[in-house]
Amino acid sequence: MLKVRVIPTLLWKQFGLVKGVGFDSWRRVGPVLPAIKVYNQREVDELILVDILAHRSDEELDYESIDEFGQDCFVPLTVGGGITRIEQVQRLLRAGADKVSINTAAYSFPGLVTEIAKRHGVQCVVASIDVRAVDKGKWSCYSHAGTEETGREVVAWARELEDRGAGEILVTSIERDGTMQGYDIPLIETLVNAVKVPVIASGGAGNYHHLVEAVQKAGASAVAAASMFHFTEQTPAGAKAALAEAGIPVRKTFRPNEGD
Amino acid sequence: MKVGVIDYGVGNLGSVLRTLEELRVAPVLVNRAIDMHANDCLILPGVGNFADCARLLESGGWVQALRDDVLGYNRPLLGVCVGMQLLADVSMEGLDETQQGTPGLGFISGKVEHLRTLGCPHRVPHVGWNSIQRAEAQDGLFDGIPDGTDFYFVHSYAFVPRNPSDVLATVDYGIPVTAAVRKGNVWGTQFHPEKSSRAGFRLLSNFISGPAC
Repeated sequence: MLKVRVIPTLLWKQFGLVKGVGFDSWRRVGPVLPAIKVYNQREVDELILVDILAHRSDEELDYESIDEFGQDCFVPLTVGGGITRIEQVQRLLRAGADKVSINTAAYSFPGLVTEIAKRHGVQCVVASIDVRAVDKGKWSCYSHAGTEETGREVVAWARELEDRGAGEILVTSIERDGTMQGYDIPLIETLVNAVKVPVIASGGAGNYHHLVEAVQKAGASAVAAASMFHFTEQTPAGAKAALAEAGIPVRKTFRPNEGD
Repeated sequence: MKVGVIDYGVGNLGSVLRTLEELRVAPVLVNRAIDMHANDCLILPGVGNFADCARLLESGGWVQALRDDVLGYNRPLLGVCVGMQLLADVSMEGLDETQQGTPGLGFISGKVEHLRTLGCPHRVPHVGWNSIQRAEAQDGLFDGIPDGTDFYFVHSYAFVPRNPSDVLATVDYGIPVTAAVRKGNVWGTQFHPEKSSRAGFRLLSNFISGPAC
């Protein structure tokens, strides 16, 4: 049976990990590499690593850092931030990324999603959508780390990204981000019903119960969280235990069978 | 022990190399078909589109070299993900059933089909950790790896070998899906051992140190 994934999201800015509230008021969390090492030793299901400033810069992506971060990562690593060209994807995959997440660039060059999917497969493209609620049951999409309104409505945009070749949709509620008040459940449920690819819930997780809700009420295939892992004593392992207790399938730790 | 990783222009090579290094193996990135024979065993990675991978294998001279080396000299080969699918006779990726499929290496007879064509009722791609069920036949590749072990999968197409005895393990995704295959000195896994943490380390070290190599 396919397991629900618990995915720590690591936001990275210049030299370290940060975490904000509502995509603002960034707090320093600590260095990137030890965090990845610890998560890897604790066998998290997957990691998402996003350079939150990369979209602002004309400079090339920081492949050297990605290469270093990937050094100790033996679970799937999704890398995002500032990706605008197919050549960058090839280099990221060589540097140790397994998937890339595309957000801002998709609004101006939606063909990029198709190009990556064609070249590297749909499983390689995670389409990341940042939204704010505009009305009951309506959400509007924002680019450039939540700073620019795009005029796109989330359901239509998610469907377009799916049609263009996105293999997963990562949806983040900007208003819930960093609040630890719980995911925007109607948002996630709306997207789960709108697309046929897996949906990763993001933005607002503060406790294990929120993760259970995203799966049981909204149907998320995976749950991403940052603040609750950075700033509370809750851990991915604890999250998986709580999901399991709620009857949700989670990955078991590998136990070799030496008598085999 | 020299483990050659075939670099034909696709794949998450960084991840594969790193995992081998973690196993204290110094992997060799083989980027010319002519250098293939200098290795004790070979890993054929692959992500992405089957037809693109097949074309790159062909244009790089890899198809003939693999035939000579793997079929002719019995060098052990492990195909991973699309690398496993490439072992098949043919893939229907991106094509409809009225069209002719894209030819693969044909090392293990069978066809690669979309999960939906095979009747899968769930979300595609099949992404995440899923538990494998071993076939009855014992194989060194799964030494110490019990039934029900979770591996990381990410794919939309699946390999259906013509001969069911070539299947080493399956995974349940609404339908039984081929998770691992073997025929003679050729192995393949649909999941990514290099991204499956300790379970993956074990499988790769079985391939490298076990009866395979």
